[in-house]
Amino acid sequence: MSFRDRLRTRTGRWCVIGILGGVLLAAILSSLGVGALRLSPTEVAETLWRRDGGIPYRILADIRLPRILLGALVGGALAVSGVILQGVMRNPLASPGIIGVSSGGGLAGILMMLAFPQFSFLLVPAAFVGALTTAFLVYLLAWKQGASPVRLILAGVAVAAMLGAFSSAVLLFHAEKAGGILDFSIGSLSTGSWPKIRQVQYYMLAGFVVAPVLSNRLNILTLGDEIAAGLGLRVEQTRFCLIAVAALLAAAAVSVAGLLGFVGLIAPHIMRLIIGSDHRFLIPAAALFGAALVVGCDTIGRMVMEPSELPVGLIMALLGPPFFLWLLRRHGYEA
Amino acid sequence: MKLELCTLSGGYGAKLVIDGVSLTIRDRSIVTLLGPNGCGKSTLLKMIGRILKPRSGEVLLDGKSVNRIDTAQLARRLALLPQQQHSSPDLTVEELVMLGRFPHRRGPWTASPRDREAVDKALNMTRLQGLRHRLTRTLSGGERQRTWIAMTLAQEPELLLLDEPTTFLDICCQFEIVELVRSLNRQFGITVIMVLHDLNLAASCSDELIMLKDRAIRYAGPPREVMTPEILREVFSIESRITWSPEGVPYCMALGSTRPAESSC
Repeated sequence: MSFRDRLRTRTGRWCVIGILGGVLLAAILSSLGVGALRLSPTEVAETLWRRDGGIPYRILADIRLPRILLGALVGGALAVSGVILQGVMRNPLASPGIIGVSSGGGLAGILMMLAFPQFSFLLVPAAFVGALTTAFLVYLLAWKQGASPVRLILAGVAVAAMLGAFSSAVLLFHAEKAGGILDFSIGSLSTGSWPKIRQVQYYMLAGFVVAPVLSNRLNILTLGDEIAAGLGLRVEQTRFCLIAVAALLAAAAVSVAGLLGFVGLIAPHIMRLIIGSDHRFLIPAAALFGAALVVGCDTIGRMVMEPSELPVGLIMALLGPPFFLWLLRRHGYEA
Repeated sequence: MKLELCTLSGGYGAKLVIDGVSLTIRDRSIVTLLGPNGCGKSTLLKMIGRILKPRSGEVLLDGKSVNRIDTAQLARRLALLPQQQHSSPDLTVEELVMLGRFPHRRGPWTASPRDREAVDKALNMTRLQGLRHRLTRTLSGGERQRTWIAMTLAQEPELLLLDEPTTFLDICCQFEIVELVRSLNRQFGITVIMVLHDLNLAASCSDELIMLKDRAIRYAGPPREVMTPEILREVFSIESRITWSPEGVPYCMALGSTRPAESSC
């Protein structure tokens, strides 16, 4: 049995998931130590353990930890959303953007920032509602005696193009305020805080709990509508639930971190290459990997131009593709 | 098991593809649907398998409409394999066949000894034990088709619906599939309804042939009764000669088309 085959056994997959959990933990610990105040992972652990309320503790607990946890949550949510959508659409190009979550959340967020700059706390709910509404609209537009994957994708692309045009038009007329909006459209964690986490934690938690429950049904659904129906799956009902979970997770992520959609495309594929497409394992693996990826990229973004920083979306878009392409060429991959 | 179709009509959108078909399928028989392209064979099979809702009429399994039986419950009695779109999921043979246990399983995580037994049996019947850890995309066409059939067998159905199970396979694989169907029927008493395009393959393995044309059943009966030059001319628009094998199975030699040139398919 080759190493690759071994990874695809049940034990191998659990091992990969365990290792990813370790990687995520290591990424979080080392990320906590990076910044103007540099701490080694042991110092980080010590400081957090003592809870002495000193300045290093305040920096860690009030500034870095929420930002990093938010990054992990966002990365995990987008990766799970991507896994689900690629499975439901049976299309390797599907990502959270495909159901209009990004464009809808983006437009709502931009409008909010321009119209009520004084109510910045409303940004998250507005983007969340915008994202979910758009996903629902795409689903309705694709519905014709059932929502077929092809119609969903086409409706999603059309709606995203239109909303993107609206966003661009709005930005053109308000170029002077484009700075903060640019952060949003690249995807950034620089404003991560405990209140932001609290605004989305329940939606994300719900998504993370329901997604694994539906994972085997997603396996059945990827075989094709007719085969799935023949196996006794309620196809339309299942598809709706899965899209709803994907939309909820992605909407929550986009509303707090901006348009960081790329992780939702590549994290699932990288895990598919390693452990295969059984969604019962793929969902947790992609969640952990996506989380580690966002935390890692955010850390790099904070390090390279100290004391200034690069947004995480930029780092991810720069570093993700080469890694992804390397994997793609090394493995015989057929989606 | 008793399967009856009562004045069944159905189609897609505004188009009616099957119109008022009534039929009784004998228990433990192999029934093959035949007919020219677009005659509604696949549509009829989909309605029997409850994945297409009929416009009117009913499919009764033991007197109960298949559209009213709980779909998961029905999947434990009736398995169906649609026409393949050459899809090969990123799964091993064993994983794919295990998905056939879906209607029987309680949770997604633990396969019961009963599930494993059913999967082993399905792999044995389809002679896939040696390939169980292979990825489906690395299989040949014939092996892949046997894997899909194994998946439906893991459902342990009483009634198996196969839509063109031999299409795109070489002649040896076609015979393998047909012999498999035959042995499933003989050994395990599974009733099989399938769609085939090859008349001789159908005649060699079926207890009954159903000839469809223009949305309705034209002829139904054992191969030796319905494989005649007259019926084939009417249903398929071909000129043919029938010879007989030593076992009394008719063999059709197609000699040419009788369709006027301007109304081609």
